Amino acid sequence: MKLTPDDLKRIAHLARIAVTETDVSRMQAQLSGIFGLIDALQAVDTKGVEPLSHPLDIVQDMAQRFREDRITEADRRQANMANAPAQENGLFLVPKVLE
Amino acid sequence: MSAIPAGWEVVIGLETHAQLSTASKIFSGSPTQYGAAPNTQASVVDLALPGTLPVLNKGAVECAIKFGLAVNATIAPRSIFARKNYFYPDLPKGYQISQYELPVVVGGEVKITVGNEEKSIQLTRAHLEEDAGKSLHEGLETSGVSGIDLNRAGTPLLEIVTEPCMRSAEEAVAYAKALHGIVTWIGICDGNMQEGSFRCDANVSVRRAGEQKLGTRAEIKNVNSFRFLEKAIQYEVRRQIEVIEDGGKVVQETRLYDADRDETRSMRSKEDAMDYRYFPDPDLLPVEISEAWIGEIKSAMPELPEQRRQRFERDFALSAYDAAQLTATRETASYFEQVVEGAGAAHAKLAANWVLGEVSALLNEIGGSTSHVRPAQLVGILNRVIDQTISNKAAKEVFHGIAHGDAPGNGDDAADVIIEMRGLRQVSDSGAIEKIVDEVIAANQKSVEEYKAGKEKALNALFGQVMKASNKTANPAQVTEILKRKLST
Amino acid sequence: MSFAHTSLKALRAALDTKQVSATELAEYFLARAEKALALNAFLHIDRGLTLGQAREADARIARGEATALTGIPVAHKDIFVTRDWRSTAGSNMLADYVSPFDATVVEKLGAADGKGAGMVCLGKLNCDEFAMGSSNENSAFGPVKNPWNPAKIPGGSSGGSAAAIAAGLAPAATGTDTGGSLRQPAAMCGITAIKPTYGRVSRYGMIAFASSLDQGGPMAKSAEDCALLLDAMVGFDERDSTSLNSAEAQTPVLAGFLAAFGSEKRVDTGSPLKGVRIGVPKEFFGAGLAADVARAVEAALVEFEMLGAVRVDISLPRTTLSIPAYYVIAPAEASSNLSRFDGVRYGHRTKNYRDLAEMIANSRAEGFGEEVKRRILTGAYVLSHGYYDAYYLQAQRVRRLIGLDFQEAFKSCDFIMGPVSPTTAWSIGAKNNDPVAMYLEDIYTLGVSLAGLPGMSAPCGFGEDNMPIGLQIIGNYFDEGRMMAAAHQYQQVTDWHTRCPEAFK
Repeated sequence: MKLTPDDLKRIAHLARIAVTETDVSRMQAQLSGIFGLIDALQAVDTKGVEPLSHPLDIVQDMAQRFREDRITEADRRQANMANAPAQENGLFLVPKVLE
Repeated sequence: MSAIPAGWEVVIGLETHAQLSTASKIFSGSPTQYGAAPNTQASVVDLALPGTLPVLNKGAVECAIKFGLAVNATIAPRSIFARKNYFYPDLPKGYQISQYELPVVVGGEVKITVGNEEKSIQLTRAHLEEDAGKSLHEGLETSGVSGIDLNRAGTPLLEIVTEPCMRSAEEAVAYAKALHGIVTWIGICDGNMQEGSFRCDANVSVRRAGEQKLGTRAEIKNVNSFRFLEKAIQYEVRRQIEVIEDGGKVVQETRLYDADRDETRSMRSKEDAMDYRYFPDPDLLPVEISEAWIGEIKSAMPELPEQRRQRFERDFALSAYDAAQLTATRETASYFEQVVEGAGAAHAKLAANWVLGEVSALLNEIGGSTSHVRPAQLVGILNRVIDQTISNKAAKEVFHGIAHGDAPGNGDDAADVIIEMRGLRQVSDSGAIEKIVDEVIAANQKSVEEYKAGKEKALNALFGQVMKASNKTANPAQVTEILKRKLST
Repeated sequence: MSFAHTSLKALRAALDTKQVSATELAEYFLARAEKALALNAFLHIDRGLTLGQAREADARIARGEATALTGIPVAHKDIFVTRDWRSTAGSNMLADYVSPFDATVVEKLGAADGKGAGMVCLGKLNCDEFAMGSSNENSAFGPVKNPWNPAKIPGGSSGGSAAAIAAGLAPAATGTDTGGSLRQPAAMCGITAIKPTYGRVSRYGMIAFASSLDQGGPMAKSAEDCALLLDAMVGFDERDSTSLNSAEAQTPVLAGFLAAFGSEKRVDTGSPLKGVRIGVPKEFFGAGLAADVARAVEAALVEFEMLGAVRVDISLPRTTLSIPAYYVIAPAEASSNLSRFDGVRYGHRTKNYRDLAEMIANSRAEGFGEEVKRRILTGAYVLSHGYYDAYYLQAQRVRRLIGLDFQEAFKSCDFIMGPVSPTTAWSIGAKNNDPVAMYLEDIYTLGVSLAGLPGMSAPCGFGEDNMPIGLQIIGNYFDEGRMMAAAHQYQQVTDWHTRCPEAFK
């Protein structure tokens, strides 16, 4: 799988990681190597095999457990927002969002 | 009603997000109440702090099951939560937990009536997902910033998707109203559109009549009332037709409805079709719903509006229109049934008229959903109309008297109490009526002559005078009969 | 008195007989850590906090409410969030982050109002950034040095934990394992560690790397110590939806350890492992395996045979495929798990931006290191439209096949044994420019993670460079107790696990 600089920029944007031109050329080579490695999967015949999302599915029926519909959390705004880079009156602040 | 230009067809599909009225959020134990101070209902899970994980609220799944039952859909025995990945400041994890390939509800239908036509709107699916937080752009002291409130993040949503089978704005609104009725009836959503509990997005496209291929659709968001939904769709249809007629192409995009200007506007362009990179959420396991559980919920569900409507038509010989009106809300239907129970099925039509008339009008005036006149009290009124103790007109006065609390004790016999208090008994003694008629005829010669000259309306004037003279207690039927008799001589 | 390389059992005895107090033990290990700063094993140490916990432990001991681990020091990999001490995951993204809650593992091992094990936290340990790495060179706060040879890597991603144990800076440590990050550093540092069956240890409070692979586990000097620690770490947690609730998953680890093979008694009955079948996968002994490692593992297998076990040849045919499968699935899940780091609610926010889009993109570019970025990009790619089927789904199908391969193998054996790593620890800097070369070193550990099986590493010798070698023991689901008991028998007749680096005796 050949990875072009445009591919890389597109994925970097999808992942919201800023990349400079230097980054792009450096990472392009490394990622191409990694993609070369994972390409080996293509050759495997997996017809009729279900994907395995949860490892224990091999031996157990894995079904989601439920929580009763009850309020169990109290207001802990101060503690929870203690690491906020910017806040005002209980709101997290970010540069203005343009719709 | 906005007519669609000849030669064109409109195709509409609706996506509705109904906020489920559970006590806690779908993946955390935070409260879901509207209107709390910012971030006071956002737990570490809701804020997506490092190391936090989702746990599924059973109540949200029950709501989905109830919905599936109410629209005759298939409830998936196994469904999967998937991550929808995108970045937005009100989306704390950088992904929304939703459902993609295997939703909890598949198919289903909602019946609507437009004009005189009944139509069945097919649903594609309904799935569970979490709501995002809110961004505030005004009222902040710091300039050039937006404020993020994550109280709403994690509120359970049921996203309900229709097939693109609606052909007019009217159909779309009829569907939206019917759907609103269903989700509020079964109690899974409070339906408050102002607070954002029930949000409709419309996918609208046009095509030339006869064409099989679907046109490019635009998605319209930011519509928070049925009226705006209709106007937004109508505007969009006109806009798209204009674009095509001018030789252009409709762009697949999201547009916001601006109620002030009555127009849709393209959203600031994000990127071409977002790649959400859906994959099954590895922090959650497949949701299994057994037949037994569905059965339990089904037996505990209230009779659905559709069934109740049919029952009213059948058992009480009511018209389709009346039955539909009476089953618009659970409260109305319930009220009506209690009244019929007291007054007797034979008088169902009378009960229907009163419930849809006076009772409804009073509720509109006061607001709320609980009438100040209890069903048993209304039964008391109706019984006196049925046994001719009072006239219909007097009955209305009694009704308002009860509503305003004029009957001391406000008991189930309030009707009789007020009738006595205000002397509203009908006078049916023909001798007494004849006497009054004679007096009125004597005092209103002009009207008598006009009537005898052929002016039918003059009778009304005389009738009115008799009623007035009798303090409105004369039996109207008898008055009319006696007047006509005396005037024909 | 030297407690540096004392077993947990012996520490318990010393505490119970008042030879030493929890406070004295804490002071002792804090002092050792202070002298060993060059190893860079610890990221955060706070004497006041540690001594506060020690005083509470002493009070609990005095009240007669001590349990097996009360008052014994432990250090936590910086992947576990703690209310006291920062939690950085080895990343600039979280350099100043202080969690408002403790990870479940931290609660269970800590005081938790008398309900926890009552261990005393010495501080937080260095690791590869977001647990991504096999050498602890990916930490934003500098590499960890291997106590056996400071020019060499300690392994990763739980490199700080392994180094701390090997150097006697802590008698117990926690680590996490996603593709081998407990087992491989244990092997490289000559200590013992175990990754439990997926779902037995709660992931609540473990900063997520790859959700369907991550598991927390103990690191210590012996299988017996690990059994004590793991017993306190496992258990159903309602805050983690993938935490196992079944009866099997609740079978007590320690009881299983004690009941198997008569492990309480010394070996004089001759064949405590009689009847135990050890599967040896031929794919683990192929061309890539260094000769000295092969020799040490072979010698270990002979020891097991002398304990009464029999060898069975087995095949794990998709061993090599585990590499691409893992390096699709793990980055995919990671790319999504790390999306929450956007500088909005916590973590690093750039000072260099003109608008929201730049704020997010620059915060992430500045906060994440190279390897993390590579994995996020790889993950985003394999999940993206057009590639999802061919890469992500395909990898999950191969994953099922690998899981089935192991089940097939377990029909003819009780445990699977082989090397942990193809080589001993390499020099710092030798491989960090070649991510693929690094990935290939994970060949023996990845399959176990993909299948969710328990796997452990026990020291079994030294290489030509005098660096430690680890023996990997893989068990079937929920068999942690017996695995550690078998390793314990081995550790009764060998002394590799008692060796320590000269500089840290």
